[in-house]
Amino acid sequence: MNKTVNPKDLTSDDDVGPLYAARTKVYPQSVSGTFRRIKWGLMAFCLGVYYFLPFVRWNRGLGAPSQAVLIDLPNSRFYFFFIELWPQEVYYFTGLLIVAAVALFLMNSIGGRIWCGYLCPQTVWTDLFYAVERLIEGDRRERMKKDKSSDPMKLERISEIVLKHSIWLLIAWWTGGAWVLYFNDAPTLVKELVTFQGPMIAYVWIGILTATTYLLAGYMREQVCTYMCPWPRIQAALTDEWALNVTYRYDRGEKRTSVKKAAELRALGEQVGDCVDCYQCVAVCPTGIDIRNGPQMECIQCGLCIDACDNVMAKIGRPKRLIGYDNDINIHRRQEGKAPIYRIVRARTVVYSAIIAAVGGFMIYTLATRSLLDVNVLHDRNPVAVKLSDGSIRNAYTVRLLNKSGYDRVIAIDANGPANLTVHVIGIDAVTPDRPMIVIPRDSTSELRLLVTAPAEGNPEKSIPVHFHVTDIGLGEVASATDNFVAP
Amino acid sequence: MTDHSEFDSVSGKTTTGHEWDGIKELNTPLPRWWVISFYLTIIWSIGYWIVYPAWPLISSNTTGLLGYSTRASLAVELANLEALRGEKMAALAAAPLADIEKDPALLALARAKGKTVFGDNCAPCHGSGGAGAKGFPNLNDDDWLWGGTLDQIMQTIQFGVRSGHAKTHEGQMLAFGKDGVLKGDEIVTVANYVRSLSGLPTRAGYDKAKGEKIFVENCVACHGDGGKGNLEMGAPDLTDKIWLYGSDEAALIETISQGRAGVMPAWEGRLDPATIKAMAVYVHSLGGGK
Repeated sequence: MNKTVNPKDLTSDDDVGPLYAARTKVYPQSVSGTFRRIKWGLMAFCLGVYYFLPFVRWNRGLGAPSQAVLIDLPNSRFYFFFIELWPQEVYYFTGLLIVAAVALFLMNSIGGRIWCGYLCPQTVWTDLFYAVERLIEGDRRERMKKDKSSDPMKLERISEIVLKHSIWLLIAWWTGGAWVLYFNDAPTLVKELVTFQGPMIAYVWIGILTATTYLLAGYMREQVCTYMCPWPRIQAALTDEWALNVTYRYDRGEKRTSVKKAAELRALGEQVGDCVDCYQCVAVCPTGIDIRNGPQMECIQCGLCIDACDNVMAKIGRPKRLIGYDNDINIHRRQEGKAPIYRIVRARTVVYSAIIAAVGGFMIYTLATRSLLDVNVLHDRNPVAVKLSDGSIRNAYTVRLLNKSGYDRVIAIDANGPANLTVHVIGIDAVTPDRPMIVIPRDSTSELRLLVTAPAEGNPEKSIPVHFHVTDIGLGEVASATDNFVAP
Repeated sequence: MTDHSEFDSVSGKTTTGHEWDGIKELNTPLPRWWVISFYLTIIWSIGYWIVYPAWPLISSNTTGLLGYSTRASLAVELANLEALRGEKMAALAAAPLADIEKDPALLALARAKGKTVFGDNCAPCHGSGGAGAKGFPNLNDDDWLWGGTLDQIMQTIQFGVRSGHAKTHEGQMLAFGKDGVLKGDEIVTVANYVRSLSGLPTRAGYDKAKGEKIFVENCVACHGDGGKGNLEMGAPDLTDKIWLYGSDEAALIETISQGRAGVMPAWEGRLDPATIKAMAVYVHSLGGGK
């Protein structure tokens, strides 16, 4: 047998027992109030956009997809209402990500984890799953009782569980289903999916997202925020002393005790706080914490404890917002008898707003002024130059024309650079001498082989810049590219 | 063997009985679900022996119930690829040669196909971009020994030059020096005359009249009046700026003395007709086609 360790023999670094603490299941209670209403509203809005956006139509003319938001991977196009992006314009997404990141910073410096509490998919879907659970199994107490009960399950309880999981899976399945609709024509794909003729990859993605939604919102819930998500850690570096966070206002006095006892103590002239220790803020918390312990890593700042506390304060005739969006500065000011100050406009928020405005403005500007006609030129490498029988020099180029507009274009190619040059495009008989005209179909690229020939006399340089101008005959739009004309 | 395992009161587990310098190892067996999964995978693996090729025999191996083999699977994939290409190449084979360049889709296909086949078959002599080398014509320029129209290019690819094929291009530069037709000084004189045809400088004091006389007597038969060349004979134009074997005096003397008879193989029979067609279009589209 091993010797029993005497606690006195342990140094301070020693620890006894396993380091693992099992999760305590959270049973959030239903609550009503301002923030709950905001959350319901945002949930309806976010889910409404997510689930129904693929069905919104947008007319782009014949032959183009009529879906307002579509990621067309096979044809490498992204459609967003009136915007159509090509793969080489992916930098718009970079801009969008910058704006999104800075907007997150801005939210954080104004109102803390607004994203976490109201907008994050994890929060929205978990909230929805809790609502389903509450509807079927009852509120906090009933659910706790049912989970603890060791009686053999009755049919009623079994049917409750089956119903809950069925509805959860249905929501999860719809979540995965909506996802794939962004990648294909939604009505067509829905028809294909229900008749089991959809592409295999669509079913696979629906399966994956059904599983993640069901597991993350049904089982993992607040653990995702506490253990998996990096954002709670990042935000510690982004918040400052002015940011309004969900705060228990301990300036409203301490010693938390029951209403009755508080009245007695007050009569005796003792210090008593407004908090009556009803634990309603803890009961409604979706992450299972006690906000009165101060700001905590687990807190997603959803404001439900504010609603819970306000309801209690109203009942006992005390001022609302014992828990509220507040900060330490104001708590200290009130303790010193000064009026609270709220400073939304400060260096941090101004800089964030400026970055958002600058990046957003630049994106809108470039998007509005971008050319829908483009040309790329690539010089032949082998041979770089060819001497013809009359001694003149010819260079060959691969020209790629891009027509990003929704209509066919007739374009003319002009080249200037070496003296007395002539231009020829393989397969095109020029109507106008040395000005080949080509039709580029709508929303596509054309690759041409273009030959530039110039006499050796009058072009003594080894390398002469040559400019190619591509002109839309109808609209006069011009795109240009420059390369070199090289002597052998 | 003695069992040295003991109970550890701190963790509530027993030890394995192993001890290193006073450090004892707790007995923490693998979870049961893990062990069961592990044994299930072993059982599952037996299935592979049965359905897939597995055990080596003396001269072969067990083939498995599915009869699968990577070689057969590759053959199927290659056949699918061929079928896929076949459709497109059929369109190319059906199109008249002259119309291919006018259809952007067919032109792109012919150029893509032609480029690949050119790289595999022609590049060793003509260079990967068709730029040629001494004795191997540059296919990008406009100087053609046997004609630069689509039909002429296709004919040359099909039957070759001095290839031994029944329909091949024949005709060669005779070895005037080696065969004793011209003497040394006559060769030098006519070489200078040939240089003068394309405006190249000549050796001081060479007899132009004598050069012209030798040229008319010996060269005009193939190279034509004034040395303009003859596509029927593959005789190059001596008045232009392009020289397959070099234009300096020494190179010309070598050509006239030793003769020239470069060979290009016939590709008919080695490449299918549609591929030869694609090649003709590709070579024509390099830029020099007439």
